[in-house]
Amino acid sequence: MLTLTVNGMKKEVDVDPGTPLLWVLRDNLGITSVKYTCGIAECGMCTVLIGGEARRSCAIAAGDVQGSAITTIEGLADDHPVKVAWIEQQVPQCGYCQPGIMLQTVDFLSRVPSPSEAQIGEAMDNVICRCGSHPRMKKAIAQAAVLTASQGG
Amino acid sequence: MNDDMTRRSFLKTGSLVLAATAIAGPSGLFNASPVEGASGIPFKPHAFLEIGTYETVTVWVGQTDLGQGTHTGLCMVIADELDAAWETVQVKMALAAEPFKDPLWHAQLTGGSSSFRNRWDLLRTVGAAARQMLVEAAAEQWGIPGTDCVAREGKVFHPDGSSLTYGQLAEAAGKRPVPENPSLKKPKDYQIMGTDRKRLDIPDKVMGKTVYGIDFAMPGMCIAVVARPPRYGARPASHDAKAAMAVTGVVQVVPLEDRIAVCAETTYAAIQGRNALDIKWSDGSSPDLNDETIAAFFKKQLDQPGAVAEESGDAEKALTEAARTLEQSYTLPYLSHAQVEPINCTAHVEKERCRIWMPTQGQTATQETASRLTGLSPEKVEVMTLPAGGGFGLRGEQDAVEDAVLLAKTLDRPVKVIWTREDDFANDRFRPASHSRIRAGLDKDGRVIAWSHKVAAPSVMSRVMPQAVQNGIDPDAVAGIGDMPYSLPNLQVNYVMIDLPVPVGWWRSVGYSCNVFAVESFIDELAHAAGKDPVSFRLEHMEKDSRPYTVLTRLAEKGRWGSPIASGRARGVAVVSCFESVVAHMAEVSVGEKGRITVHRMVCVVDCGTAIYPDAIRAQAEAGVVMGLSTAFHERVRFANGGVKTTNYDGYPVLTISEVPEIEVHIVENPIKAGGIGEPVFPSVTPAVANAVFQATGVRLRDLPFQKDLLLKG
Ligand code: FES
Ligand code: FES
Repeated sequence: MLTLTVNGMKKEVDVDPGTPLLWVLRDNLGITSVKYTCGIAECGMCTVLIGGEARRSCAIAAGDVQGSAITTIEGLADDHPVKVAWIEQQVPQCGYCQPGIMLQTVDFLSRVPSPSEAQIGEAMDNVICRCGSHPRMKKAIAQAAVLTASQGG
Repeated sequence: MNDDMTRRSFLKTGSLVLAATAIAGPSGLFNASPVEGASGIPFKPHAFLEIGTYETVTVWVGQTDLGQGTHTGLCMVIADELDAAWETVQVKMALAAEPFKDPLWHAQLTGGSSSFRNRWDLLRTVGAAARQMLVEAAAEQWGIPGTDCVAREGKVFHPDGSSLTYGQLAEAAGKRPVPENPSLKKPKDYQIMGTDRKRLDIPDKVMGKTVYGIDFAMPGMCIAVVARPPRYGARPASHDAKAAMAVTGVVQVVPLEDRIAVCAETTYAAIQGRNALDIKWSDGSSPDLNDETIAAFFKKQLDQPGAVAEESGDAEKALTEAARTLEQSYTLPYLSHAQVEPINCTAHVEKERCRIWMPTQGQTATQETASRLTGLSPEKVEVMTLPAGGGFGLRGEQDAVEDAVLLAKTLDRPVKVIWTREDDFANDRFRPASHSRIRAGLDKDGRVIAWSHKVAAPSVMSRVMPQAVQNGIDPDAVAGIGDMPYSLPNLQVNYVMIDLPVPVGWWRSVGYSCNVFAVESFIDELAHAAGKDPVSFRLEHMEKDSRPYTVLTRLAEKGRWGSPIASGRARGVAVVSCFESVVAHMAEVSVGEKGRITVHRMVCVVDCGTAIYPDAIRAQAEAGVVMGLSTAFHERVRFANGGVKTTNYDGYPVLTISEVPEIEVHIVENPIKAGGIGEPVFPSVTPAVANAVFQATGVRLRDLPFQKDLLLKG
C-alpha cells in the first residue's frame, strides 16, 4: 500500500511501488488531467509539481514520492494567474498538452518571476505542443508573470 | 448540389427530433448516454438546435472539434442568424446520427476543412428559421404583423419597446411550422460572426476537466494494448501468454489475426503484460524496406512516364519552342501525424446495441466498422464522440475501433484500446512521401509558356475511396498543380502511383501539403531565371484581381516586400489556393555560419471568405506556421528492416517554442461563403522559407526536411 499526497489530500493505493506515477494518478486515482503522450520524459504532458518542482510523472516511480506534495492542474486555484492568463490569451487548441505546460510554467515563474522572451524559450523548449499554440503560450506566460507580480506573489 | 435543395431537404429531415437527450459529461461537450424520446425542451426547430424555457440555447454539433474551435464557430453561425444572446449559447456533441452527415459527402466526418464550407447555408438557415418562428410567435401573442417586430439578443421587441424573451416564446414557437425559406442576414447585419468570442471549450481545458477519449472510463471496463506487427506483413510465430498472464492485473491475452491483445485492469498492467509476451514475429512482406530502398524506388519510379492526370494545351510542343527551359526535382518525406493523444477507442457490445466512445473524426465509418463486426445495423451502433487531443487526419482511421469491438465481444465487457506512443508511430497512416520533377519553358519575355509536372507518390484514395481513383489517377496526389493560382497556357501533369507496403492516409491539407512546396519553389526558380521579382512574376501570371492576386498583393504590402531589411536577412513568398480559401506566406530568414536557418518573422495573409471567427482563424494561421516550420526543419519518418524505425518523439522532433518566430496574421475581408481554414494555412509555409533561404544564400533547398549541409557548401 502506498500513500500519496495529491492536491493536499492523502490517498492510499495498492500498487507496486515501481509503477510510474503517471499511471497511478490516471488509472488508480482517476486524475486524468495528467496526460500520457510519450512515456519517455520527452513531451512534458504528464508533468506534475512535486514539492513545487515540475517533474515528468511518466519517469517517476510512485513509491519514490510518498510523502511529497504532488500537485496536478486541479490543485491550482481557478483564479491562479497561469489559468487566468491561459484563458485570456485563448491558448489551448486541442488542449491536451496544456495542463502539463501550465504546471511547468508555474514552476518556472516561481524561479524566474519576470522572464525575458529568451528565458521563456529556454525554459519551455522541452515541451511539445503539436497544435502549435506556442505564440499564445509565450504571451500567456508573460501575462501570468505580470499577474503574479501584481498579486504581490 | 443545388444549395437550395440541400437547405430545404435538410430542414425537413433535421426538424425531426433526435432520439437522444443530453446528459452532459464533465466538459458539457458530449452526450454520454442516449435515451429514447424527447427531453421536454419545448423548442427544437432542428436536430442542431434547442431553445429552452430558461433562456438556454443549445447547439448540437456532429463535427469533431480537434482543437480548431469548430464547435464555437458553429454556434456563432447559428446564434447570429438566430439573434441569440451569446451568453445563453452552449454547445453539445451529438450522438452520431443522420442529420449530422455532411450535406455534400453524405457521411459524418470532419475533414477537408469542410465543417463550415459544406454547411454554410444550412447552419444559417437553421438559425434564421428558428428566429422567424420566435418572431411569429411574439407577433401572434401581440396581435400585430411579424414584420413590425424585431429580434435582438435573445428577445423579440414590440414596436413600443416592450419585449418577450426567447425562453418565454419557446413553447409557442415550437408549435409553429418550420419555414422553408427564412430570409438570411446580409453580411453587414452580422452581430456575432466576425467578432471575437471566447472559445466555449477553453475553460474546461485549462481547468483540466475535459475528458478526452483516452480518459474515458466506465464501470466494468478493462484496458487493452495490442502488440501489432513491427514489420509490414509480419505475423506472430510464437508468444508466451503465460508470462503475460503472470503480470498482476492482466485479465486475458487475445490473439487477433496478425496481432495479440493484452487486456488488463490498468493501462500499466496491460503494457507490462504485452512486454512479457516475448513474441517472435515472422519476417514480413518486405524485410528489405528501409530509407535507402524507399528513396531508390521513388527515384526509379519517377523515370516512368506515369498516367496523364491533367492536360491543357500542348506542354511538350511548347517546351520545344521555349526561349529557355528549366528542370528541377523536389522530394518530400513520409510524415507522421504525431497528434498528442494516442489513438484509442472504447467499445461495449451488448445484444441489441454497440456503444463506442472515441475521439473519432469519422463517425459514419466508425458505425460501419462496428456494424460489420457485430452484425448489428449501423443505427444500433451509438457513437459518442469525445474531445480529441489533435487529429490532423488520422482520427478517421478505424483500426482501434476494430480491436475494441472484437475484444469487447470476446471479453463480454467494455474494453478501452489504447495505443502507446510507440504503437502510434509504428501504425500511423503516414502523409505520403512525394517526389516530383518539373520542366518548364519561358518565352523571350520571361513568361511561362509550358509546365510539365510529374509526381511519384503513393495513393491515399486507393485505400479509403477506391472509386475516386480513375485510370490510375489519385486526384489528391496531384492536388495543387492543375489548380495552381496561375494561368498557364500549356500544362501537363503526370502521376506515377507508388506501391509500397507503407500505409498512407489523410494529413493536414492532403495533396497540397506536398505539391505546393514543389510548385511554389519552382515558380520562384522561374522568376529568378527570368530575372524578375518573385512577387511581380507571380502576379503577372495570375488573373488580375482574382482572390490569389489580392491576397498576394496584400502580403507584399503587409510584409513590406521590397523594403530595406536588416543585413543578413532575406524574404521569400509563397501562395496557395485550396479548400475554397487562399493563403499566402512571407518568410523573413537569415542563415548562420553553420548553415543554421533562423526564421525571424512570418507574415500570413488569409482569405477564407466570411471570417466567422477571426480569433480562431488567427490561431489556425499561427498553428499552420508552426507545423509548416516543423516539417521544414525536422519531420521525417524513418524506416528500417521492413517496418517503421521511428518509435517516439525523440526520433521525430517537432518544432519547439524557441524556434517559433514572430507571426503576423492578416485576414482579407471577403464576405462570400466561408471557406476552409485548418488545411489551407499549411502548404505555403515551407516554400516561402525555402525561397527566402535562396534570397539569403543563393542556395535552393529542394528536399524536405531541409538539409543544412547544402548551405555549408553554398
Ligand atoms: S508522457 Fe511523460 S513526458 Fe511525455
Ligand atoms: S494544444 Fe494540442 S498539443 Fe498543444
